[in-house]
Amino acid sequence: MSVESQLLRFTTAGSVDDGKSTLIGRLLYEAKGVYEDQLASIQSSSVNRSTGPIDFSLLTDGLRAEREQGITIDVAYRYAATPRRKFIIADTPGHEQYTRNMATGASTADLAIVLIDARKGVLVQSRRHAFITSLLGIRYVAVAVNKMDLVDFREDVFNKIQTEFMAYAKSVGLKNVAFFPISALEGDNITEPSARTPWYKGPSLLDHLESVDLVEARNFTDLRFPVQYVNRPTLDFRGFTGQLASGILRPGQTVMTLPSGRITKVKSLPSYDGDLAEAYPPMSVTVCLEDEVDVSRGDMIVDPNHVPHVSRRFAAKLVWMHETPGEAERDYLLKHTSQTVRAQISRIRHRIDINTLAEQPANKLELNEIASIQVETRRPLFFDPYQQNRITGAFILIDPVTNSTVAAGMIEESTAESLEPLKLGSLEFTGETEATVTPAERYARAGHYPATVWLTARQDLAVLLERKLFDLGCQVHILADDRESHLLPELARVLNNAGLIAICSIASPDPAEAERAARLARDNRFLLVDPQALPVHDEEASEVIMKQLEDRNVLRRKERFEVGEGI
Amino acid sequence: MEPRILSHLRALEAESIHILREVVAEFANPVMLYSVGKDSSVMLRLAQKAFFPAKIPFPVLHVDTGYKFKEMYEFRDNLAKELGLNLIVHTNQEALDAGTNPFKLGTQKCCALLKTRALLDALTAGGYDAAFGGARRDEEKSRAKERIYSFRDKFGQWDPKNQRPELWNVYNAKIEKGETIRVFPISNWTELDVWSYIELEKIPIVPLYFAKEREMLVRGNGISPIEHNYPIQIGEKPEMVKVRMRSLGCTYCTGAIRSDAETFPQLMDELVHFKRSERENRIIDHDTEGAMEIKKREGYF
Repeated sequence: MSVESQLLRFTTAGSVDDGKSTLIGRLLYEAKGVYEDQLASIQSSSVNRSTGPIDFSLLTDGLRAEREQGITIDVAYRYAATPRRKFIIADTPGHEQYTRNMATGASTADLAIVLIDARKGVLVQSRRHAFITSLLGIRYVAVAVNKMDLVDFREDVFNKIQTEFMAYAKSVGLKNVAFFPISALEGDNITEPSARTPWYKGPSLLDHLESVDLVEARNFTDLRFPVQYVNRPTLDFRGFTGQLASGILRPGQTVMTLPSGRITKVKSLPSYDGDLAEAYPPMSVTVCLEDEVDVSRGDMIVDPNHVPHVSRRFAAKLVWMHETPGEAERDYLLKHTSQTVRAQISRIRHRIDINTLAEQPANKLELNEIASIQVETRRPLFFDPYQQNRITGAFILIDPVTNSTVAAGMIEESTAESLEPLKLGSLEFTGETEATVTPAERYARAGHYPATVWLTARQDLAVLLERKLFDLGCQVHILADDRESHLLPELARVLNNAGLIAICSIASPDPAEAERAARLARDNRFLLVDPQALPVHDEEASEVIMKQLEDRNVLRRKERFEVGEGI
Repeated sequence: MEPRILSHLRALEAESIHILREVVAEFANPVMLYSVGKDSSVMLRLAQKAFFPAKIPFPVLHVDTGYKFKEMYEFRDNLAKELGLNLIVHTNQEALDAGTNPFKLGTQKCCALLKTRALLDALTAGGYDAAFGGARRDEEKSRAKERIYSFRDKFGQWDPKNQRPELWNVYNAKIEKGETIRVFPISNWTELDVWSYIELEKIPIVPLYFAKEREMLVRGNGISPIEHNYPIQIGEKPEMVKVRMRSLGCTYCTGAIRSDAETFPQLMDELVHFKRSERENRIIDHDTEGAMEIKKREGYF
């Protein structure tokens, strides 16, 4: 292996009987990933499930309990190397109840090997593997049609499987799918073309693993640099450290910091090995900025021309990974890049049957179920759809009581797209998405995010609140109703679009209008003030509301993103 | 223009640095386990890089069984001075005073007292909530399923059946008081990666890794170093053999291998052609089948 070889991470999906462990054992053996003493240890092992002299599957089945049960029950990582590439193999179990493990192994993989038993053809589980592969955004799929020796290496068997699998792969959006007629047990088409499949003209499986394009798969355009840790060894050095999720960083480059929306330039990229001229993913680097910008862990440095979505509410696909079912409106901690926030599943839209892809209604999520959900977080996240960016689009949910990791999430659409269209009388606002002035830019100028405060029967308080916010430097406007409140939600949304805080002062309770306003509010920065819970005294009441606006991150506060704050 | 792709070593480096920073950002009191071995040396270099230009922002803990090689102690103390490390050395002195050694108690009990017990005591004494270890998944089968963030209960124990799922590079750092996380930043490195990186980065390592004529006791296939009053049986005679250590543990339990590899190129060459996994010369892993898994459950790294 040369120092300049590249790293390919791949995962394997297949069931116990597909010969998956045997295939990995074979790859390890052929690519010199198995040392002789490990080989000796499995040769002397009391268990041999195979009929041959060496049970390759024992190389990959790690734990005692698993060996006793004869099944792989957890993700195991294996390593192999050829002169061209180093491989990290996530060996994941293919049993139905282990979707969790498959998703885990797939999350870091560039490529997935899906094993199909040539005798059995495309089964329900093959479809399942294809779906999870697509869900986790794996770029390349290698379908290993195994046990070809047991079907006399027949071309028609192979072709039938290829046709069937491709039809399904297309329906779940998989691209770059390649097929290999192999025998893991006997070594056909694993490292070199087999004489027993003269009709097959493609590369061997290992050839393919050594040659898939890893550069093309990277995103070098949209700068996303989640800040992990602020390095401040001395008063005059402030370095923002992190691993580049996408895009390029260069000294002199104009960048924007989120959530502040401040525009500044990269001063330098200092490193142990000297200043860098350029950084690209997945490098871990330190960034110094030209201006004194307030940036802390959880913030993100981005390209001002291609900003991510900034929102507290988004749609996502979720893989539930815990025995305790997932429920809507329960509190979870959500970790996304380097920030952890309180979050709720605001709605389970539907569960997805991984065998049929059918959408089913669901009240809760059981272990290994996959669902489409709505999430609401306490602070805004800076994200991209997962299919565009596997780092800024991914999150995990943590149970705040048991601290268990309970779910993995893939963010789908931006909130803006799921907003209701805005109609004001005969006017329809449709051009919002074409605007070049972005919410982040408005934030940068205003110093706060837009919001709607819905206040009932407290006209004096509304006036006081407007004054206090205005004196703080906020752009704010009262919308008071005169018996007719049915236009307030739309008007508030227009003010929000312009970056303003709208205070809707309502004479008497109107839950239906409040609900409509909540739906229309951009980024859901909607504050429905509960008159019962508010102090009678206006001064005190205004402080409570200001605090709530701070909690929702509408107003800029110092050191908001300190570790543990607000969690 | 050069294609923007990292070599596998730089990709591994980037991943490890991300892990180191994540832990320092999220834990109150992390510590790095330092064994003086090659993997520890790589971890230290990664930590230097992760926090440059700052010094390594956490203490470095050596759990010393008292039976390490003289060259290891010298190397450790020099390096600590050079890098300005906050080095903490912890020994289970009580057990040593009681005469604990592998000849008397067997390797399992000896390890349990001088390594596992000592480690757990040191972690408790320091109040550390996270401890970096240099274990790699390619070392042994039970390690292959180890997480990067490995949760340990209040007794420092590992439950392989109940590990937190770990996806992407998003690590769950949530623990209760008294619980800890063992963190393995070089999980995805192989032995060859470690050596390649040491060569690439010119990282100083203990000279025991290179071949030299050394006084050894040869018993069949086993070659044992003679330090700390190694018990020599009647009729046995130490002899000078050209050997090196493939992994460094206690002198009693580390077997040497015959080798002519005096330089890096020779060492790398030997490794590529030498197909025996490195822990094979460590007696402790071979007590029983699945020995490492049992040790890990009890709290060993």
